[in-house]
Amino acid sequence: MTRQDIRAALIDALSSIAPEGDYAVLRGDRPLRDQLDIDSFDFLNVVIRLHDKLAVDVSEADYQKLATLDSAIDYLATRLGVSA
Amino acid sequence: MHEFCMPSLGADMEDGTLVEWNMKPGQAVKRGDIVAVVETQKGAVDVEIWEDGIVDRLLIEPGTKVPVGEPIAMLRGEGEPEAVAPKKATPTAAPAVPPPAAIPIREAARVKASPAARRRAAELGVDLSRITASSAAGVVSLADVERLAQARPAVTVEQAPGKAAPPDRAAAMRAAIGAAMAKSKREIPHYYLGATLDVTDALAWLEQENAGRPVAERVLFAALLLRAAALALAEVPELNGHWPGAGLQVAPSVHLGVGIALRGGGLVAPAIHDAEKKNVVQIMRALADLITRARSGGLRSSELTDATITVTNLGEQGVEEVYGVIYPPQVALVGFGKVLARPWVRDGEIMVRQTLRVTLSADHRASVGHRGALYLAALERLLLEPEKLS
Repeated sequence: MTRQDIRAALIDALSSIAPEGDYAVLRGDRPLRDQLDIDSFDFLNVVIRLHDKLAVDVSEADYQKLATLDSAIDYLATRLGVSA
Repeated sequence: MHEFCMPSLGADMEDGTLVEWNMKPGQAVKRGDIVAVVETQKGAVDVEIWEDGIVDRLLIEPGTKVPVGEPIAMLRGEGEPEAVAPKKATPTAAPAVPPPAAIPIREAARVKASPAARRRAAELGVDLSRITASSAAGVVSLADVERLAQARPAVTVEQAPGKAAPPDRAAAMRAAIGAAMAKSKREIPHYYLGATLDVTDALAWLEQENAGRPVAERVLFAALLLRAAALALAEVPELNGHWPGAGLQVAPSVHLGVGIALRGGGLVAPAIHDAEKKNVVQIMRALADLITRARSGGLRSSELTDATITVTNLGEQGVEEVYGVIYPPQVALVGFGKVLARPWVRDGEIMVRQTLRVTLSADHRASVGHRGALYLAALERLLLEPEKLS
């Protein structure tokens, strides 16, 4: 598992929830919610998919760490023990 | 012999296009069976039948756009003889109804597609069933349609005579919502109430509940609000029902309409049936199911017509409060805003609490402000004792 794999899993989870998003221009440092127009229901589904794909159980307290693509990759890499 | 007509799937629907039949002549159907799929401004809807019977004839072919109320099939009762021909010869010699047997009944489940994808596919004249969905959920997205369109640049838009023109559904949907809301503002004497609720305890309670649940069973705060909104109606039942023209019809159960934003614009407010009898986990499941189907197609006609009150929640977009427009023939609408930390006074002390603005738009013909105020008070009480909402 590499950071690239984590990124791919994230994009895959996001694009299955918000298929209309333009992932080519997605900014890593800006909130995913604003860029992809996802609400709390979509977000919960992303968390469920990440759980299925990566076997990471993201607690509600940690939701804010998934706010941007960059922070989400950092958070998941830490949880999975993937080095930078 | 009964006519089965194009149903009105809400005050804002004028016509619908038949996508496919799920019944064929000679088949027995039961009340509640999904017998057709109809494309509306709000997406593809699974149309349920209202009574038991045997299908006698199908009057229109898939692809035909017909106004609400126009007969689209004939049903006969058990033991009633088959109709051989129309009773009266039509003087204008209208085109013959195609032999019903020629209409294919598709066995496989209908293609799931987002409303934006459906619209684009219609513009391009592309058959959705020939597009492979790239998402895991198997829902055809706009990107899937665009991919196919690019792979086949010379798509010819072949339109069978009598078929509906490619609709600009976003515009049609705006027009439909506009018409329903104009009717509401023209006919319903709205009054508006608002209150600020302390939801700190409710949020803490839910967080604790969710901590013990697997990821897939977590409950959103929105579901807790819906539960409270449904339960509070027990105290003020005149907010729950319809005003179909003259007089209030209080509904015996709460079919809670939930405003759901569609991707790419648009709004639909399908109902969670019998919401007052569902616990918070069941409400969450029903909500998840409704949102998923609203966005991929597959809402049922009863869900679009049965709502007895509607809840709108714009808090996620950062809105502090929303005074909504009542969806006719309903008589009330509850609006929830954003959860916000505010300075709060309790027992003479100033403290920081998580708060929420809740509003009620209600029909003054059906209720008075005092009763509306009691409703908001009941909502507040419920959210202060969240364990009672479980």
